[in-house]
Amino acid sequence: MKTRRDFLKQGGMAAAAVAASGVLNPAHAIISTRPGAAEMPPEDTVRELMMTALNTARSAGASYSDVRIGRYRNSIVFTREQQIVNTADTDSIGAGVRALVDGTWGFGATKTLTRDGVAAAAREAVAIAKANRIARDQPVQLAPVQSYPNATWKSSFTIDPFTIPVEQRAELLLKANAEAMKVKGVQFVNSGLFFVKEDRNFASTEGSVIAQTIVRTSVPFTVTAVSADRSDFQTRGGAVAPIGRGWEYVLEQDLVGNAPKWAEEAVQKLTAKSVDVGRYDLVLHPSHLWLTIHESIGHPTELDRAMGYEANYAGTSFVSPPDKVLGKLKYGPEFMNVRGDRSEPGACATIGYDDEGVKPEDFLIIKNGMFNDYQTTREQANWLKWWYDSKNTPVRSHGCSNADSWSSVQFQRMPNVSLLPGTRDIGWNDLISATDRGIAIIGDGSFSIDQQRYNAQFGGQVFYEIRNGKIGGMLKDVAYQMRTPDFWNSMDMIGGAKSYQLGSSFNDGKGQPGQSNAVSHGCVPSRFKQINVINTGRKA
Amino acid sequence: MSRSNSTGRGEPKRLLGNTAIPAGAIITREQAQSLIGRVVRMSKADEVIVGVGGGYQSDVRFANNQMSTAGGVSNGQVSVTSVFGKKHATTATNDLSDESLKRVVEQSEALTKLSPDDPEWLPGLPSQTYMPGRGYVEATAEVTATERARAALTALEPARKAGDLNAAGFIIVSAGANALGNSKGLFAYNRATIANYTVTVRTADGTGSGWAGAEHPDWRQIDFRKLSATAIEKARLSRNPVAIEPGRYTVILEPQAVGDLVQLIGGSLGARGADEGRSAFTKAGGGNKMGEKIVDQRVTIISDPFDSQLLAQPYDGQGLPLSRQAWIENGVLKQLAYSRFWAQKQGKVANGGATSLKMIGGTTSTADMIKSTPRGILVTRLWYLRQVDPRTILFTGLTRDGTFLIENGKITKAIKNFRFNESPLFMLNNVEAIGPSVRIAGTEGGGPVVMPTLKVKDFNFTSLSDAV
Repeated sequence: MKTRRDFLKQGGMAAAAVAASGVLNPAHAIISTRPGAAEMPPEDTVRELMMTALNTARSAGASYSDVRIGRYRNSIVFTREQQIVNTADTDSIGAGVRALVDGTWGFGATKTLTRDGVAAAAREAVAIAKANRIARDQPVQLAPVQSYPNATWKSSFTIDPFTIPVEQRAELLLKANAEAMKVKGVQFVNSGLFFVKEDRNFASTEGSVIAQTIVRTSVPFTVTAVSADRSDFQTRGGAVAPIGRGWEYVLEQDLVGNAPKWAEEAVQKLTAKSVDVGRYDLVLHPSHLWLTIHESIGHPTELDRAMGYEANYAGTSFVSPPDKVLGKLKYGPEFMNVRGDRSEPGACATIGYDDEGVKPEDFLIIKNGMFNDYQTTREQANWLKWWYDSKNTPVRSHGCSNADSWSSVQFQRMPNVSLLPGTRDIGWNDLISATDRGIAIIGDGSFSIDQQRYNAQFGGQVFYEIRNGKIGGMLKDVAYQMRTPDFWNSMDMIGGAKSYQLGSSFNDGKGQPGQSNAVSHGCVPSRFKQINVINTGRKA
Repeated sequence: MSRSNSTGRGEPKRLLGNTAIPAGAIITREQAQSLIGRVVRMSKADEVIVGVGGGYQSDVRFANNQMSTAGGVSNGQVSVTSVFGKKHATTATNDLSDESLKRVVEQSEALTKLSPDDPEWLPGLPSQTYMPGRGYVEATAEVTATERARAALTALEPARKAGDLNAAGFIIVSAGANALGNSKGLFAYNRATIANYTVTVRTADGTGSGWAGAEHPDWRQIDFRKLSATAIEKARLSRNPVAIEPGRYTVILEPQAVGDLVQLIGGSLGARGADEGRSAFTKAGGGNKMGEKIVDQRVTIISDPFDSQLLAQPYDGQGLPLSRQAWIENGVLKQLAYSRFWAQKQGKVANGGATSLKMIGGTTSTADMIKSTPRGILVTRLWYLRQVDPRTILFTGLTRDGTFLIENGKITKAIKNFRFNESPLFMLNNVEAIGPSVRIAGTEGGGPVVMPTLKVKDFNFTSLSDAV
């Protein structure tokens, strides 16, 4: 899920809880265009520190240990109308050590990047693991992994956004804001540029030493129109999807050129017709459908959820138990194929190696409409040995271990989970043309789903009536409610490869302490038959 | 509950075999003052603002009747905001060495010079007087890994023994401090501890689920055994739920459920949004609804860092001292949140944000609420709340982990969960009874929230969920 309050709390519940208790200072956001204040030690020093951590953990009694030393940078410029609201750079660096003792996990993390510092973190990880043995039931067992003693990987950005001067970023945003404000009826614009750069180093007692550099970019842009009598206000936001690329992506979005269009849509919503409740055929644009996929396919097919490991927070899953659903649960029509991957260029969850040193492979979560596989880590893969044996495939992790910081323990997080295109070369307009009475939804809005991922309610950004194969007037107050298996089995048309595009979230929350993860979902425009639409415009 | 009867502890720390908080993890007042002074002396800016924070956070997580993950994290942060005229920018790092501080200051200044003017920027506050915060408890900072593991056993042992239950839970303990200072003599410092326990128990047949939770600055005040037992009892009671039609029902919401929804009012309390026409508290035709009756007259919602149940930080992010604020008093919108800029523009007094909320409790017990209900629904907690319409603070979400039908004054059966589309403002206009307030534990936003049990009529359930 994207977390409550959109995980507005960056870094999840842990950070939020700490901040709220007065440990950190949430008021001080940060930014800059220069190298951060914290500097990573030279490569050979990082390697030495990682070896120190591993050797210390092993000496203290760990049967397995891994260490991550990372530098995590955020850079933001936020504006409203014609002024800068905030300019800040955050920079965090440190080491996290995970240790397995008698089949029980422990984790220690420190910002002190010295031999003594990382050794202390390693000893703490082992001490915690030992303390927890009194409550152990089943010992953890890890699936095999190949070792990569000198691996490197970099995400597919061409222009490092951290090299772009802040005045250049601000100028672009203020120009776009000005264009939006020219549209009559628009009173407010909030925009921003949010860049992330992660330098991640990993080593394990199984011989891997891996260095990765990851860049992500988000361009929040929201226009607000207020009616003259102040009886209504409407917004249009989220038109630019976050991405695992750099400054070149920002330039491709033509913010200045597109801002008037988004502004006009916000104004049009003020006078749009409030939707009549009922059942409609829904034609869902990829800019909307990615989030439905995320909530109703991405999360329920996480194996830790299915096995109860998120029961106290994010919930369990209707896709369980594994022996009742693998190869047996009809998720959708036969033309429905959903892939888990960490390989798609530019997608937010794309990496070379996961946080257990696994080099991920693409895998089909849904194959020809049937549930086919879960997302797994090394600990989890063994739980499905019976299934992989029956398929004559090796027991190996799908590379879904991830941590949002050096200070967070890695656990199962979603790869890119994408609905693959259909075989026919059709697109958005073809789906509209084929629909007699329906609603077209563009952009993601309000979203909520139950703790087993059955009952969901989704809004959107822009809604249009479809009559006799043509787009009609704009609608508002639209949300649809659905039950996941029924919804996907009602899908009767999907677009072809040319209509495929990515949607993404920077802030997908899960776990305790909460972690915030970036993920993308590729998809094509799709049509769903006779879905229940409600009107959300209740008056006070 | 006391330490000894909650987890069977009481042994001397030296016998427990592992340490609690690492030495030096919490910055002291003197260290913070010294660090801020060093940064101020390094600065060449017209004005400099320095934030310092750090601490130690430990946790243990269990699920499916076994240990899952557990950890201890020591971290800290310094942020520097440099100001030249109306330009400002901030850099931050978790490297607190002198060399790093120098870089932070230089980068902050360089970035500020590149930034456009901020017409709304106000000079930093001068020295302020603060009442000391009361949210730090030494006993919480001293909790060890063994104590946390033993607390987890309060749920794991009975669940395993029962044979038909699965327990999942999370214990998190944090201890830390933050400080804020500037070149005009401002200095604020606060220490805080928090212990939080939440537990979910599910029946092995997958038809029942129960939840309980508690939070307090003092670890010893968390009754682990009782909370675990409550979750187990709810799980058993909630087995084999039946479906009843969605619609408008009289509902008894336990404090967690009330807090899940009512705390969302806090996000709409900004005066600026209301004055500018984009808030639930905008008045049609112009202005805001301050002074208008907006909910039932029995409803009063405050924030107060010194309230014995809230114990929040006594200053906001700019160093403004926080005091008791009544946001809604006897049903009237008494106050909106004024930033320093908006207060100056509107001729008001800046009052900080609604950073922690308490709804004043009543005297009706949950048992009496149930007894007085011919037909209604008891709700343990809510889940996945998302705003649907900011014009009315309308949210959607679901019930979870213990939803029961009340008939003729008694709980008669477990029922399937519902999705609702409801606004806390609508709900607080339909109040029938108010119970005592308690601090809730399951808030995702973090921070203290204190809420009562509420009985309300016409709560709007819009669809059924098959989820347990």
